[in-house]
Amino acid sequence: MSITREASEFKKAAAKLTKDLRHRSLIRNALKKYEVARNAKCSLFQDWQAARQTAAEIKWDAINHLDSHLAEFARNLEAHGTHVHWADTAARAREIILKIVREKKARSIIKSKVMTGEEIHLNKALEDEGFDVVESDLGEYIVQLRHEAPYHFVFPAMHLTRGEISDLFARELGTAPTDSPEELTMIARRVLRGKYIAADIGISGANFGIAETGMISITENEGNARLTCALPKVHIALMGIEKILPRLADLALFLPMLGAAGAGQMLTAYNTMYGGPRQPGEPDGPEEFHVVLLDNNRTGLLADPEQRDALHCIRCGACLNVCPIYKNIGGHSYGTTYQGPIGSVITPHLRGLQQWKHLAFASSLCGACTQTCPVKINLHHHLLQSRRNAIAQKPVWWEKIAFDCLSFLFNHAGLFSLGMKLGRIGQVFHPLIKNTRFDPASAWTRSRELPRVAPQTFREWWQNRK
Amino acid sequence: MNERENILGRIRKAIRVPAPVPGTHGPSRPVSERESAADIPEWLPRVGDTFGERLALFRANASDLKADFVLLDSPEQLPVKLREIAAAEGWKKVATHSNALTDGACAALGLPVLRTDAGFEPQDMESCDAGISACDALIAQTGSVLVTSQSAGGRALSVLPPHHVVLARREQLLADLPAAFALLQAKYAPAYPSLISFITGPSRTGDIERILVLGAHGPKKLTIICL
Repeated sequence: MSITREASEFKKAAAKLTKDLRHRSLIRNALKKYEVARNAKCSLFQDWQAARQTAAEIKWDAINHLDSHLAEFARNLEAHGTHVHWADTAARAREIILKIVREKKARSIIKSKVMTGEEIHLNKALEDEGFDVVESDLGEYIVQLRHEAPYHFVFPAMHLTRGEISDLFARELGTAPTDSPEELTMIARRVLRGKYIAADIGISGANFGIAETGMISITENEGNARLTCALPKVHIALMGIEKILPRLADLALFLPMLGAAGAGQMLTAYNTMYGGPRQPGEPDGPEEFHVVLLDNNRTGLLADPEQRDALHCIRCGACLNVCPIYKNIGGHSYGTTYQGPIGSVITPHLRGLQQWKHLAFASSLCGACTQTCPVKINLHHHLLQSRRNAIAQKPVWWEKIAFDCLSFLFNHAGLFSLGMKLGRIGQVFHPLIKNTRFDPASAWTRSRELPRVAPQTFREWWQNRK
Repeated sequence: MNERENILGRIRKAIRVPAPVPGTHGPSRPVSERESAADIPEWLPRVGDTFGERLALFRANASDLKADFVLLDSPEQLPVKLREIAAAEGWKKVATHSNALTDGACAALGLPVLRTDAGFEPQDMESCDAGISACDALIAQTGSVLVTSQSAGGRALSVLPPHHVVLARREQLLADLPAAFALLQAKYAPAYPSLISFITGPSRTGDIERILVLGAHGPKKLTIICL
């Protein structure tokens, strides 16, 4: 069977981290704290399940009437002096942003957390043209200094200990080592304060786009997005087209939901709506506000009604936090912008089913993700559907032969009982070839025991009963 | 402009086939639009009906969030309270904006004051020890302060100085988030300020080992003074 480069890298990384007990305890420890806080906040809702249903219905409306909502969103933004750009692909989004940055003759750029920026590899594009780009979210800043991708799309530096971060700061910033998270945070604060004030351009993402009023909404804790959108002369927001909500008042549900499910907070410290550049009578704010709307194959996912609800996602990260696979293989193994169950569902749509189908197979289908999702995305069923679609699109010949043989066997009682008998005999000799290349079941037995064939089958017992 | 039509065209083509409505399996019921967000208040955390209950909830939330909440018995106590904080923290300069609440309070401080109203240099504000602003509302349900670029001195005043002091009147205390959005709509629609922000506690991060640190980039302290 041909195996893609992405699949083989995934397997290698996953196998390595699954055995890494230090990694496992670090992640479990971080996620335990999250789980306790999340449960406490969700239980404060008068009816969390009804809230999920309402949220799912609002997003269903938004996505299934996306054309009119998106047009309304753009119209309202433009009415308040915002420039709206439409980008078919990642390359087009990069071009649009680079053009703005070049025209403004920018020297330094400050970014608040923007996952669509990771998706289109924006930093590399900007750096290749010689622009100085600094991530301002603490976790993003840390992984940027390490030249690596975020480990988790909500908690980018979850895989690092304070010791590793202290060493990193000492090496990259020349600061004295410390084991206090507070001191480490203050180092980043001091360095980045200067960057905000010097930056010509601020780039942000958007958690929601409000059609009714033409605003983007950003949810954050640090205040870095607030500063990114306050001080530079130009603010560029990059937003996936699926982030739309119909009404401003919908945020009364979605903001606490994102806070509770995403971080175990009723509201994060700053939930901010931006409706344009500085308006007449306002003392500060950017002179120009650009919103770049990114498709990048989202319309491909939209065209699949079965999995369309994956576009309801509000990127809270709750499905990652409860996923037994994520907890063992870690965020980097996926090799995707969006990790965990939601990443495994959408990546094959955004970047090619055959290339990324292995993610759909890397699931226990336990359904913890579906159960926790605040907007009720049918995540584990979608993984199953992706498996089906991948095989239907490109059948694997030997699997087809194997399943044809099995179905023939199951349809012929005599052959089936002969098979059981042979299995019982063959099993006695299995230890002789176990862990050698002659073992036909090696993929299974490398790390697990083979279940034993019963000494007497049910059919035999039935026939011999008195 | 072509790209806009391309994207909208692909969307229209894609949604011609309806998707199952949430909570159902198989074929969908007729495509219907939710007309309003009317049921949202019923699902959110409970808030009491009386002013006393709301005040108690706001106080409890603020304390959980590590924000300071002060309820004054009379407006005359405001200058006294501010001078007390200024002395305790050794303020040398504060930033503020012109407003019925902030004007008198800041004049009584007797410190150099940076006013944002006619524009300012970010470096000047960065060197201030506190930013003192008014607000649109306080929200009991979440312990949040609602500010806008029109009501609270612009965008930077509430995040750049290390201590944000919010001045509010008792009648500004709202029950829940839907009430806050209703207020925004009634007060500003359709010409909304360019920034609307729900501030819920001081700036914070948990990016290092999920351990809470206050003052990641924004204010390390948030004080809410209610008259």
